[in-house]
Amino acid sequence: MSAAVPRLSKIRPLVDAPALCGAPIPIGNLLRRALAARRGSCTTGEISMESSLLYSEILPGGATWSHVLKRGTALRITDREGNANVAAYFLNFENPSERFNLPDTLKAQHTARLRAGNVLFSDMGRVLCSITEDSVGWHDPIAGISNAALIEKKYGKTTYQQARNGWYQNARDGFLLELGKYGMGPRDLHATVNFFSKVVVDEDGNMQYVRNNSQEGSYIELRAEMNTLVLLNTSPHPLNDDPEYALKPVELSINRVPTPMRNDRCRTLCPENARGFVLTELYFL
Amino acid sequence: MQTTILTPSSLKPEAALHSYIVEAGDSFVLEIAKGQTFRIVDLEGNQAVDTIFYNARDYSDRYSAQDTIREQSNIYLTTGSRLLSTNGNALLTVTADTCGRHDTLGGACAAESNMVRYDLTKRYMHACRNSFLKGLQLWDRGMDKRDITSNINFFMNVPVTPDGQLTFEDGVSDAGKYVELCADMDVLMVISNCPQLNNPCNGYNPTPVQILIWDKNVH
Repeated sequence: MSAAVPRLSKIRPLVDAPALCGAPIPIGNLLRRALAARRGSCTTGEISMESSLLYSEILPGGATWSHVLKRGTALRITDREGNANVAAYFLNFENPSERFNLPDTLKAQHTARLRAGNVLFSDMGRVLCSITEDSVGWHDPIAGISNAALIEKKYGKTTYQQARNGWYQNARDGFLLELGKYGMGPRDLHATVNFFSKVVVDEDGNMQYVRNNSQEGSYIELRAEMNTLVLLNTSPHPLNDDPEYALKPVELSINRVPTPMRNDRCRTLCPENARGFVLTELYFL
Repeated sequence: MQTTILTPSSLKPEAALHSYIVEAGDSFVLEIAKGQTFRIVDLEGNQAVDTIFYNARDYSDRYSAQDTIREQSNIYLTTGSRLLSTNGNALLTVTADTCGRHDTLGGACAAESNMVRYDLTKRYMHACRNSFLKGLQLWDRGMDKRDITSNINFFMNVPVTPDGQLTFEDGVSDAGKYVELCADMDVLMVISNCPQLNNPCNGYNPTPVQILIWDKNVH
């Protein structure tokens, strides 16, 4: 037989042994997708057989994305053109009543900005994701997300009938739709963060949006410390003063990453984070 | 220098419809009708009053700290602040304030966050999110932990610095200071009078607060 279907034994493993974490990894699914990619039938994304890169795709502007980011993998988000905004929200996929808690995240780390070394805490004292790498230095956790009324007020009304898929989407409706696909609703959407955007606060508490915070090629990497349902939306930041609804794409890539060691920068940022990692490890015992 | 403007109220306590005392560590759940005004009095000073508001007709529509602070372009609440819901409704407006600023970002303490912030042994200390959960369970309208969302910390001082630091400072409140809000729609108020002993938010001495309610058209 000269069939072109490769034999399984010739497929290079996607994960180098030994397994890098305790969480189950859907190797079978990845292998099937890798085989499909070799046959040229994978059209929605790219599967890499090289290094630790498992998957990448482009998320266009004004769009919503979700994925269950497995413990032992990391999601890198790269600003393709500069001035992207990525609203983000996180839940424990195994028990979504446990979700990102913004006040706990800010209080534990004594910060009102997010950058490398920070972690995203759940309401249960555990770490959903860590910011392992970041070339921006300031991501906005306080200004929240756009909604339909805000987008219409700033950019005018669009309908699907008139604008087809160029209609102006908003982050709140995008998140609510995406949560709906996992059986959740408005009660499950709590405070969110905005990657790549910056809002400063003066001594009197006044908030000011800072333009041009992110350059082309800027990136942030989120390492999953739990199996985390990650929701992203690329609508403009609600305080962005650009009169145009700018469509800013980002690149998403998922990588296999090592288990954090004792000297991990996120774990050692502050004693609070170290305790968060202990509680997260306890969850997986 | 920070600027605070204090706005006393003309409402007389003797004209109030109801008066309640909420002890530290207790929860307190009450419906407030559109047009009614209520006052929270920090009886002994430096007492954080963690409070969540819901649209009384649709509990999935609730106070949103992020929408509220973004739309008023300021992270603190004081007289004139309009509290917005997740659906963009005006829930309440702050009509008087003798404290000057109230926190929107610090959230509520919890057994789990106390473990992270202070020590793993703090799990067994009383905390606001336990009070919230108990209050919602006793209210018995199907609400649970998913409904414990953004809260206001009345009388609490959590400054953010221009370089993005967040700190817990001694309260700016004092004995007898109060804040007053008028309901722009029927709302459900859920209070946890904070039992936190690990930081200065209650001056290391949690104390009772008073809630006074006046009927509509009292102004």
